[in-house]
Amino acid sequence: MSRIWRFGDDVNTDQIVPGRYAPYMTSEAELRKYPFIEARPDFAPTVQAGDIIVAGRNFGCGSSREYAPQALKLVGVGAIIAPSFARIFYRNALNLGIPLFEADLQWLEDGAEAQLDLDGGILHTARGPIALPQPPAWMQQVWQAGGIVPYFRQHGRFPGEAAQ
Amino acid sequence: MAQTLAEQILSQAAGRPVQAGEVVTVRVDLAMVHDSIAPSVIRILHEQLGAERVWNPDRIAVAIDHVAPAANLQTAESQNKLRAWAREQGIRNLFDVGRGIAHQVLIEERLARPGLLIVGSDSHSTAYGAVGAFGTGMGATDIALALATGQTWLRVPETIHVQARGRLGAGVTAKDVALKIARELRADGATYQAIEYHGFDSFSVGERTTLATMAIEVGGKAGIVPPTGAALADDYVPSWLTVEADATYSRTLAIDLDDLDPQIAAPHHVDNVTDLRNLGRIPVDVVYLGTCTNGRHEDMAAAARILRGRRIHPSVRMMVVPASSEALQLAVADGTLSTLLAAGATLGTPGCGACIGRHMGVLGPTDVCLFTGNRNFRGRMGHPDAQIYLGSPEVAAATAVAGYIADPREIA
Repeated sequence: MSRIWRFGDDVNTDQIVPGRYAPYMTSEAELRKYPFIEARPDFAPTVQAGDIIVAGRNFGCGSSREYAPQALKLVGVGAIIAPSFARIFYRNALNLGIPLFEADLQWLEDGAEAQLDLDGGILHTARGPIALPQPPAWMQQVWQAGGIVPYFRQHGRFPGEAAQ
Repeated sequence: MAQTLAEQILSQAAGRPVQAGEVVTVRVDLAMVHDSIAPSVIRILHEQLGAERVWNPDRIAVAIDHVAPAANLQTAESQNKLRAWAREQGIRNLFDVGRGIAHQVLIEERLARPGLLIVGSDSHSTAYGAVGAFGTGMGATDIALALATGQTWLRVPETIHVQARGRLGAGVTAKDVALKIARELRADGATYQAIEYHGFDSFSVGERTTLATMAIEVGGKAGIVPPTGAALADDYVPSWLTVEADATYSRTLAIDLDDLDPQIAAPHHVDNVTDLRNLGRIPVDVVYLGTCTNGRHEDMAAAARILRGRRIHPSVRMMVVPASSEALQLAVADGTLSTLLAAGATLGTPGCGACIGRHMGVLGPTDVCLFTGNRNFRGRMGHPDAQIYLGSPEVAAATAVAGYIADPREIA
């Protein structure tokens, strides 16, 4: 079982990985220690692969630093669910292959158990299954490829018009 | 069909007419990469994409602005590698330590021009909208793909129409307009959208840059000031780039400049904005004048007008970090800098400075800072307990004199 990690509105990239923690060529082993190091110090030490972040509006606002979503990917975050995402973060997460769903599930409790069926877009919780809004097909293809670079190498082009 | 400026620019870049909502592959006119992201970009280019050469070295700009000069061995070594890579790739537009912040420099160098699609590795790449370009920030992977292919993919954004009326009063500036827009739209009000700023024809390129840099603070993908008015008369505006009255906008926000008072964003959110008069007396330890939002010559000159013949309050440290070497030279030439130094300010190397919390004025836990930059996130400029307030250069100067956040109209 995965667990739910609850966050509020306007979580910014400085909260996810403060700028001074990840200068330049930080190694993956280092970066793994940093997500929410100040905002939620229990996160990095105890998060498990497949855990799900459920947040409020405008998740990921602020900087273009890709090491914010990269740090979440490194610790194995299975998906992020929020009513809205800041767009640079959205792109960066998509590019890295982290599934994002635009939905308001803030009524879910922090620490609740849940299981995500990514293909069906269903979040199974103690209170029953929740159908997540399905992203466009091309976006799912990017997830399935494992990110934008593998997608580009497979298809020789960017996602979007040709794939729709 | 009538198009917004964002739709016009992205139609050119896509090679066909596009409209909001479409996902399109577009040609990039210029790609900017800066020191703190470049190592990741180069790693992705070589290790993941297997790209030995960039697509076009003349359409790439490299800026060493975020930790400039280097603060430690790691940044020094990394910057040396970046210089060597740029030389090897034949990239002539390398703006090294001291030249300044990429956004300001690319506008000064006329690399950013009306109608171009510019992608940058820094979120404040919306700044290029000051000269009528579509500028947008991206992460390392997107920038690496752009450097390898000269292309990227985009969802064509809807556009918010900001309409200003009237004129700014004394002591009220473009920064107050940008903060007022954040107050009205909120931090996510323009997410996935572009903003067009109308009614600012009398604004200088610098004032337009203040507006456009802060488009990202309301979530904007781009913030475009139409390239009209006196400020851009000598810039080449392509004939296809025109404001079309019947373009479709997602919403209109009216801003009354006549009634605008100095605005302050209180910790820890950019949209936590209030009229300065409602703030109460907030003692300040640090005044920081600089950044791509407000580090230009005109910003330093505005502060100097207030500080001339005065001394900075003994409990305040005032940092001045010019946005570029050109801004610094202008401030030297006309005495602005000597006025600031005579008042007790300290000078840093042109660049991003402590805006990113890595060097040159990092805040300690008890510090309260009045900052002319664009973000007051917790921990951004140093210790997470530090308090960052955002305000204009005039407010910064008045605050430096008073020792608390002060209205420039009451100091002058």
